[in-house]
Amino acid sequence: MAEFVMPALGADTEAGTLVAWLRQPGEAVARGEVIAEIDTDKGVIEVECFTSGVVERLLIEPGQKAPVGAVMAIIREESAAPPAPSAPPAQPAPVRVRISPVAKKLAEESGLALDALRGTGPGGRITQEDVERALAERAAPPTDRHARMRQAIAAAMTRSKRETPHYYLNATIDMHSATVWLAAENAKRSVEDRLLAGVLLIKAVAQALRELPEFNAVWEKEQLVRREAVHVGMAISLRGGGLIAPALRDADRQSLDELMRNFQDLVRRARSGGLRSSELSDATITITSLGDQGVDAVFGIIHPPQTALVGFGRIAERPWIVDGLVVPRPLVTASLSADHRATDGHQGARFLAAIDRLLQRPEEL
Amino acid sequence: MTREELKLIVLDALAGIAPEIAAAEIDPHRPLRDQFDLDSMDFLNFAIVLHKKLGVSIPETDYARLATLDQCIEYLSRTESA
Repeated sequence: MAEFVMPALGADTEAGTLVAWLRQPGEAVARGEVIAEIDTDKGVIEVECFTSGVVERLLIEPGQKAPVGAVMAIIREESAAPPAPSAPPAQPAPVRVRISPVAKKLAEESGLALDALRGTGPGGRITQEDVERALAERAAPPTDRHARMRQAIAAAMTRSKRETPHYYLNATIDMHSATVWLAAENAKRSVEDRLLAGVLLIKAVAQALRELPEFNAVWEKEQLVRREAVHVGMAISLRGGGLIAPALRDADRQSLDELMRNFQDLVRRARSGGLRSSELSDATITITSLGDQGVDAVFGIIHPPQTALVGFGRIAERPWIVDGLVVPRPLVTASLSADHRATDGHQGARFLAAIDRLLQRPEEL
Repeated sequence: MTREELKLIVLDALAGIAPEIAAAEIDPHRPLRDQFDLDSMDFLNFAIVLHKKLGVSIPETDYARLATLDQCIEYLSRTESA
């Protein structure tokens, strides 16, 4: 086993923040190949692997900061001799972390990976102060964070456009039933309990994924891997610029009221802090909605390793033909950006059709 | 409640949603949505704060009458005295 450590990136760089792993556990990596993108004060650095082998374990997650020399991953080296028949099977050595109970609790509550912490206590033991320092480093000043976020978005989107063959579809959906139902529902409710049209759209997408589960997936090791749980990443713009897409977990199992509350909470935390690492790592599809900004449609870039992104434009009154007559109807353009390695346009068309059909029966969402 | 008092409550509610508003120069005649890049959720949160502070339950159908700062004060002074 070899340890992949945060490399020294010049004498003035003390730490880096992982932007993305370009290899996942089980995947092979060759000496000299780029294994990770790390965000430093010098910008996003592509870090090459120093050894050939198979990624055994990744010890830090995107967004985590690690000091130079910290172990970030374990690589099973190719050249390692197979164990002798009589010898006990080689077990990966458990990484033992010495940490005080208070520090451990604090780190776990804050979503910090213990392996990425540097201990300054006796025998390298991680103390409460070490965890607090790591938390302070994570909460970088706003301007700095903006610049870093821009770099992270650039890295993820560049990777997506470089590696993912996107195809795009769009469909116009009649929102008459949905908006009539929503207006009547909201008229009965107090201001605090009102629903936004966006929540109907989220629920329709989540339910449509049950019919077309191939869009609730990730692309791993050159194949489509379906995910059981529907965790919908919501593209949320931040005040002053930037974007984050944390997941509304198990969106298909939530009632509209639950979804509304959790969506409000997610937006609040995305904008003022408090997102959990799981929310940032396990979305299975993304929804982006730019209707409030007045655009008719949005064709987004897929967030790797996801394989699809659904976009919604503005719900606007337009002429529409119903029973042979031109009538004003609230319409929305739903779009699908999908990974052509994982799915084909035919399935994509069925996915958009399912979303449309579900939105015609808002009371059943 | 005077218009000046209502204005302070409205500004306070807006600043809670978009912190940069507190320091900004507000054009009382320009729609708040595009002046401060508010989305539907921001506007709903604005209505929720006004409900909590003033007890007014603004129906969705009235949202269009609260587009600018001036309109907000006008609307709230009417519903208050009603």
